[in-house]
Amino acid sequence: MKTMNNWLVALAVGSALTLTACDNSEQDKQTAGEEQNVAETKSPAAEKSANEQKEIVVYSSRKEHLIKPFFEQFTQETGIPVVYITDGAAPLISRLKAEGERSPADILMTVDAGNLWQATQEDILQPIESDVLENNIPESLQDPNNEWYGLTVRARTIVYSKDRVNPEELTTYEALGDEQWKGRLCLRTSKKVYNQSLVAMLIARHGEEKAQQIVEGWVGNLATAPFSNDTKVMNAIEAGACDVGIVNTYYFGRLEKENPEIPLALFWPNQDTSGVHVNISGAGITKHSSNVENATKLLEWLSSAEAQQMYAGHNMEYPANSEIKPVPEVEAWGSFKADDINLSKAGELQPQAVKVMDRAGYK
Amino acid sequence: MNSSTTDASVYRWRQRMGAWLPAVLLSAVFAICIMPLIPLLASWGQVEGELWSHLWQTELPELFSNTLILIALVGSASFILGVSLAWLVVMYDFPGRSILQWGLMLPLAIPPYILAFVLLGFTDFGGPLQQFLFSIGLGIEWLPDMRNPLGVGLVFTLSLYPYVYLLMRSALQRKGRSSYESARTLGYSKAAAFWRLVIPLTRPAWVAGLALVLMETLADFGAVSIFNYNTFTTAVYKSWYGFYSHGTAAQLACLLLLFVSMAVIAEKWGRGKGRYEQSGAALKQYRQRLTGLWGVLAQVGAWSVFVLGFILPVTQLLYWVVSSFDQHTEGTIDLLLNTVLLAILAATITLLVASIMVWAQRQKQTKSRSFMIEFSQLGYAMPGTVLAVGIMMALNGIDSWIADIMDDQSQWLATGLFALLLAYVIRFLRIGYGPLASSMGQIKPSVVETAGILGAGKRERLFRVYIPLLRPGVFTALLLVFVEVMKEMPATLILRTYGWDTLAVRIYELSAEGQWELTSLPAIMLVAVGVIPVILLIKKSDL
Repeated sequence: MKTMNNWLVALAVGSALTLTACDNSEQDKQTAGEEQNVAETKSPAAEKSANEQKEIVVYSSRKEHLIKPFFEQFTQETGIPVVYITDGAAPLISRLKAEGERSPADILMTVDAGNLWQATQEDILQPIESDVLENNIPESLQDPNNEWYGLTVRARTIVYSKDRVNPEELTTYEALGDEQWKGRLCLRTSKKVYNQSLVAMLIARHGEEKAQQIVEGWVGNLATAPFSNDTKVMNAIEAGACDVGIVNTYYFGRLEKENPEIPLALFWPNQDTSGVHVNISGAGITKHSSNVENATKLLEWLSSAEAQQMYAGHNMEYPANSEIKPVPEVEAWGSFKADDINLSKAGELQPQAVKVMDRAGYK
Repeated sequence: MNSSTTDASVYRWRQRMGAWLPAVLLSAVFAICIMPLIPLLASWGQVEGELWSHLWQTELPELFSNTLILIALVGSASFILGVSLAWLVVMYDFPGRSILQWGLMLPLAIPPYILAFVLLGFTDFGGPLQQFLFSIGLGIEWLPDMRNPLGVGLVFTLSLYPYVYLLMRSALQRKGRSSYESARTLGYSKAAAFWRLVIPLTRPAWVAGLALVLMETLADFGAVSIFNYNTFTTAVYKSWYGFYSHGTAAQLACLLLLFVSMAVIAEKWGRGKGRYEQSGAALKQYRQRLTGLWGVLAQVGAWSVFVLGFILPVTQLLYWVVSSFDQHTEGTIDLLLNTVLLAILAATITLLVASIMVWAQRQKQTKSRSFMIEFSQLGYAMPGTVLAVGIMMALNGIDSWIADIMDDQSQWLATGLFALLLAYVIRFLRIGYGPLASSMGQIKPSVVETAGILGAGKRERLFRVYIPLLRPGVFTALLLVFVEVMKEMPATLILRTYGWDTLAVRIYELSAEGQWELTSLPAIMLVAVGVIPVILLIKKSDL
């Protein structure tokens, strides 16, 4: 008991000392699990080459396994090291804001235009000047002020049971609120940004009042309470609890990979009207980045032909670069017309979308 | 100046300092502990009318009804379960009783937010229960949907009823039982003896237990999020991160505090004059054998509570850990070390603060000191979400004040580890202070005086009297705070700083996305840690 106590106290005091000895940036490197190599600068020439090799710090809300292989390949090709930390979008944004000028970050990488728009509102990104990105990425998938660019595309579309639904019956997102789907619809919760962006786009098309009616229609048709994720929605359809749902394409791709015989299929709605609701994963360069040149290089590389198919295909997404074909298993879902309203609308109308869903009783 | 006068003046100065230092430190502790409340109350100075009218039309009625339904369900179910199970193991003898009487405390080791995702995962479409039902030819209409108030209530009840059970068990052993038997010999019926004598006599115990259950329920953020069951904690979080409105978050936090203060006041009133203490030896007693149909039913009921509340969730967690083992990143071990380190830090600081309080109280018993000590401990009643919002706003205020003076735009206080540690200390000060104060109470002044008479100097008295006698209390306090910090979720989520994510944060992130299998590894680690204080409790309650 006595030694245990001493050990506890010693450890605590010791840790307190180490803590104060560590400065912030060192801790960041530790979390990223990387060694920090500081190139010693002596002559101007050496300084230039040091700058060229200066490491890029990425704050990413995309999971490690989706980004790590590409950063490694980029480092192999260019010699520029990349370190990263991963966390949720909201904590990363509030952290960048709090760090201000002291932030070690160069790139913020996240999913959903809603999150990226929020970052522009918090004034933590800077406009990117790059003809390469301009040429590679379509207008609707980038910020009007070029503060962020989409790098991969996912569609949020309708999924249905092949056993119980004839795809002829399906038409639009809006029609999922019709009488024929009463007790047959499953949705993910309104707390997820994907649904907030979808409703934001409905508001952009139809205005708040009409959008609320549509969402009320959905809520009235729910077979069961909303689920915590897209996969659960599809599990419920498979189990027979409901017949249709709305999911991101790559979630369907993952299930299909696990079980090629899965009795579900994707449907592309709104082909005669607004098109399928798409969203992105994307990135921007932080306002106080000390490494804009290399950060721009990394984003350009990710948007380039060689990286695009792999980077998108890795998570079964669509390339943002319209020149590039998706991977075969994604291409097998068929082609569709996408909604081409600028995605920054999804962010701009997000607070309204949350309120619309609140009023419609969408939990 | 000769040396003797300097000695004398130094001595006098030290004496004077010894006289006022504890009082000053105690005042500082008190000020820091009530600091988070100030911005919360001040937030009413600026009301965002538009957002409030939106809340009023949409969420607010639901928040009130959800909260009231939850309190009613969990309160009554915990009372029934806790009291009847305690009655069963105290009054009757049956096979397996010796296992059950401590086994029934174990569910306390599983925090509600872990039990919540285990239960949901178990009854999910495509989950283990559905696969079992399919295998015996039953369709999904047999699958219970847990995502409703009853499901949420079940989670809290199973996870928290042991508070009532534990306190009630020892109360029954000490007075309930004997009075029941006297009443029976005086010709009271069984029911009358129980309701008119036993329940009123043990009131301090079950009221204290119920208050703990309700406070934990009101403070929970994780379990209700997983169930998508909106309460004030989720609404505060949504205002903070969804509407980016700190003021509204603070105002919602105040509403939640109203509910909590009701629980605190109800406890004070319910306890009456009786303070619940765990003392007095339980008599070795003769117990009745449990027989007949009722006997069988009671046993089945007790065992199913134990299985549902502990055995099944742990089995399910272990199964998921094994089945998804290749998907777990090595990051979990780092996370565990992080969490342990953070908890050790927080526990150490909490103990230091608690010893200031004990010291000040020991030195002089005055009304103002007792008042400050009592109110410094109120953090235990503040839900983590509320505390985090209060701390964040208070520190932001201090930060911008510093920035004005120093002309420096950084936010050092509000974004560092400091804010998080402060939240832990305020929230768990009571848990750290309790054991320390009670072991101090056992050191009678006469003992110290005797040591003095026998020639022990100040230092010797400290090292040979106080420290050895205080050690068990210190250790218990450290351990309890350590475990609580490890399990803390809501405050950690809002105040976390970089590189200091904890197991609880990871559990929240994964379970919010419904990835039950991946959540299992951090969860089983927390359950393993959570078992430690339960074992301590079991040991203390002389089983």
